[in-house]
Amino acid sequence: MTELSQPADRRASIGTAEPRHDGPAKVTGSAPYAFEHPAADPAYGHLVTSAVARGRITALHTDAARALPGVLAVLSHLAAPALADTSDAEFAVLQSDEVAFRGQIVALVVAEDAETAREAARLVGVEYEESTARTVLDPESDALYCPESVNGGHRSDTRDAAVEGLLSAADHLLDATYRTPMQHQAAMEPHTTTALWQENRGHPSLTLYDSTQNPHGVRRTLATVLGLPADAIRCVAHYVGGGFGSKGLPHANVVAAALAARAVPGRTVRLPLTRQQTFTLGGHRTPTVQRVRLGADEGGRIRAISHEAWEHTSRIKEFAEQTAAISRMMYTAEHRTTAHRLLPLDVPVPTWMRAPGEAPGSYALEVAVDELAELVGVDPIELRVRNEPPHDPETGKPWSSRRLVDCLREGAEWFGWDPHHAPRLRREGRWRVGHGVAAATYPGLYIPGTKAEIERLGDGRYAVRTGAVDLGTGAWTVLAQIAADALDCPLDRIALELGDTRLPRASVAGGSTGTACWGSAIVGAARAFRAEHGSDPRTGARTLAGPEEHPEREQYAIHSFGAHFVEVRIDADTGEVRVPRMRSVFSAGRIINPVTARSQFVGAMIMGVSAALHEENAVGHGGALATHDLAGYHVASHADVGDLRARWLEETDPAYTPIGARGIGEIGIVGAAAAVANATYDATGLRIRQLPLTPDHFLP
Amino acid sequence: MDRDIELRVDREAHAVRVDTRTTLLDLLRDRLGNMSPKKGCDHGQCGACTVLVDGRRTLSCLLLAAQASDCEVTTAAGLAPGGEPHPVQQAFLDHDGYQCGYCTPGQICSGVGVLDEAARDEPSHVTEDLTARVALDREELKERMSGNLCRCGAHPGIIDALEEAARQ
Ligand code: FES
Ligand code: FES
Repeated sequence: MTELSQPADRRASIGTAEPRHDGPAKVTGSAPYAFEHPAADPAYGHLVTSAVARGRITALHTDAARALPGVLAVLSHLAAPALADTSDAEFAVLQSDEVAFRGQIVALVVAEDAETAREAARLVGVEYEESTARTVLDPESDALYCPESVNGGHRSDTRDAAVEGLLSAADHLLDATYRTPMQHQAAMEPHTTTALWQENRGHPSLTLYDSTQNPHGVRRTLATVLGLPADAIRCVAHYVGGGFGSKGLPHANVVAAALAARAVPGRTVRLPLTRQQTFTLGGHRTPTVQRVRLGADEGGRIRAISHEAWEHTSRIKEFAEQTAAISRMMYTAEHRTTAHRLLPLDVPVPTWMRAPGEAPGSYALEVAVDELAELVGVDPIELRVRNEPPHDPETGKPWSSRRLVDCLREGAEWFGWDPHHAPRLRREGRWRVGHGVAAATYPGLYIPGTKAEIERLGDGRYAVRTGAVDLGTGAWTVLAQIAADALDCPLDRIALELGDTRLPRASVAGGSTGTACWGSAIVGAARAFRAEHGSDPRTGARTLAGPEEHPEREQYAIHSFGAHFVEVRIDADTGEVRVPRMRSVFSAGRIINPVTARSQFVGAMIMGVSAALHEENAVGHGGALATHDLAGYHVASHADVGDLRARWLEETDPAYTPIGARGIGEIGIVGAAAAVANATYDATGLRIRQLPLTPDHFLP
Repeated sequence: MDRDIELRVDREAHAVRVDTRTTLLDLLRDRLGNMSPKKGCDHGQCGACTVLVDGRRTLSCLLLAAQASDCEVTTAAGLAPGGEPHPVQQAFLDHDGYQCGYCTPGQICSGVGVLDEAARDEPSHVTEDLTARVALDREELKERMSGNLCRCGAHPGIIDALEEAARQ
C-alpha cells in the first residue's frame, strides 16, 4: 500500500494545528464523563472494602445498613448472584468469603442518594479471621517465580551463555542495582460506572457508561463474567478523565456496578470509586528491583548486557511488567541476558501504567549507561553513539527508522549540552546545578481487529464511526483529520462518532496504538467506501471495513526514539530537587496534529519528572497502602512544573501504517526519570539508585 | 436532617431542601444536574470541584450545601452564557490548556478567581514585594494554581492561557 497522500491542490488536514474538537465542551464542563450521563432518578452505589490483607470473612452484619431509610440493596458474598465465570479472580466480586488484599470489595450498598449509600456502607460490620499476609517485595524470597511470559507477549527471559564470561572479562564493568517504588496512574477522574440493568421478557440487558480506555473490552469481559451474550451489553465512554493504563482493562468496580444495577432492575445506578478506592481497585505499577550489568571494551562498546528485574504481582492474578525488555533492543551488544522474577503477594492487582516496562526499565538502563560513560571516560551522548545497533539486536530485523542519534544531537544543541563524563558539582548561590541526559524509546505496537464505518449523511457530511475512545489524547480531533484526508474532503465534512460498543469494534486506547490502529481502519474504510460508492455517493451510502493488509510491518523492527535533557537545581540546605528546564526531542513518525501531539509529549514528560521527584507508595505489613489519596501521593502540581519543551523530527514511517505515525502517548515518560537522576549526579556526585529523588538523599 | 436553602447557580435561582451532609458539589451534580464541577477526590486535595461562590474560588467538595445558602454560585458552565466562552476559557482553547478535560472546569474557575485576587492585590506565598501592585507572572500563576492538579500534564498550556488572560 502506498502512503496516504494528498492532491497538491488541496490542503491536507493531517499535520495542521487543529484545535481540539472537544474543547468547547471541556472548558465549560458539559462533556459528559461516566458519572454524568443523564438519567432519571438514579440510585447510588457505595463499596465496602476489606480491612485486612488476607483472611476470611467470618461474619457480616448488614441489618443496620438495611434498616436505614433509602437503602435499596445491600450485597455481599452471602447475598449476591453467582457469576457465570470466576476464573479471573479480580472479577469474582462478592463470590466468596476469601480476602486476598486489603481494599478488596466485601460488600456493596445501593441507596436513593449518595449520602445514604455512604452512611449505609459505614454501617456494614465485617468480622474477619485474619491470616499472615505477605506484602513486601523481597528479591531473595523463595516464592519468586519466572512467569511464562511478560506483558506484551514477550518472553520472560532471554539467556545467552556467553554473557557471564564477557562481563567478568570486560575492560569496564558496571554492576548496579536500582529500585523504583509502587506508583499509581492517579487519573483525575476516579473509575466510575453508571449502570442500567433491564429485563425484557426474561432477556437481561446491561448498559454501562464507564470510564474505560476500552469499551469493547469491557463488554467482552462482562459478557463472560455475567454469562450474557455480548450484544446484551452496551458500553459507552464518550469522554474519559484520563486513564494512563488504569482504565485499559476492566477492574472489579465495573463488575460491582453491574451487580448493583442488577439488584435494582430498571433503575440507573451510579457507582463512582472514592479517590481512596482508586488506589487499591484502580491499579498500580509494581515496585521493581533491577540489577543491570554492562560489560564494555576499552572504547566503551558494550559487549554484554544483563538486565534482571524483580517485581511483585497479586496472589490472585498475575500481571508481569516487562521491565527488562527494553534492554533487548536499546543498545548493541553481541550477548545479552534479560530476566523477570515475580513475587506473588497479598496486594491489590497491579496493571498497566503509562509505558509499562519501558518506564521503570529505562530508568535503570539509562542511569546505568550514564554510570558506564563515567567509567569509560566519555560523554554519555558519545557512549550512546558508540553503541548504536545497526539492526534490532533481538530479532535481527532492520529498523524501520532509528534516529536516536539525531534526537541526541538536536537535543544537545537545543539544550546547550556541554560534554562531560564526571560530575561537575556546580553551585549557583543556594543551588547545586546539574545537567543530565537519557534516551527514550517505545515500540510501534499494532493491535489488529479495529473496524470503521463510513456513511454519507443527508447534509453532505460523512459519518465516521468506530468504538475508539479519547482519554484526552486528542482522538476526537486526530481521527477526524485522518478521515478527512482519507476521504479527500474538508475537515468540517467529518462527523466523528466514538466511544460506544454500538459502533464498530475498536482496540484498546493503550500501548500508544490508537492513532495507528484506529486510523488505519478509518483509512481502510474510506478507501473501501470510495471504491464502492465513488466520489459522489448517495445519501445513506455506507461501508464497514478494517485496515488494508500491510505486510511491510512484519519486516521491520518498529520503535520510536527520543532524548531528554534536564537541568536540576538542588537546594543546598534542604535537598529539594527542582527541574527548572527540560528539552526533549522525539522521533515518532508523522505527527498528525502538532497541538495535541505537543501536549501528549509534554504531559508524559511531566509525569516522568513527577515519578522522578515525588511519586511513591508502599504496602505495609498489614496490607494498608502507605498513602491512598492525593495529599499523600503527590503528583506534580503547577509549582513543580518548570520550563519543559518538546520537539520532534520531521519524518514519516510508512512501514508501520499507511498513515506513517507511530504512537506518542507514552514515549515522553520513558527515560525522563533517568535524565533527572543523571542530572542530580552531575550536581552532587551522589549516585542515588532509587526513585523518587526526595530531599533526604541530598541533605548536606 | 434536612434544611431548606435558597441559592443561585449560574444566575438561576433554586430553592431546595438539602440533607445537611450534602456538599455543595453533590448538590450541584446529584441534585441540580450541573455536572460542570468535577469530583476528583471529594477531600479538598485536587481542585477539580472548584467553583466561584460570591466571586471567590471555592472547593465545592469542602463546603456543605447548607453553608451556601443565599450564595451566588458560578460554575465553568455559567462563565459561558449562551455558549460564548469567557476570555479565560477562550485562552484555554487557544493554548490547549487541557487534555482529558476533567480538571479543566476547576482550573478555569480557579483561574478566574486568581485574576480577581490579583486585581485586589492579594499577595501569595511567592509575592516578593508586599507593598507593590501584584503582577501575575508565571511564578505567581503557578503558585496560585497549585491547588488544581492536572494528571494529564497540561500545566504549561494552562499557565500560558492564564498569562494571556492576565495580560488582557
Ligand atoms: S473534588 Fe474537591 S478538591 Fe478534589
Ligand atoms: S486535563 Fe486531564 S487532568 Fe487536567
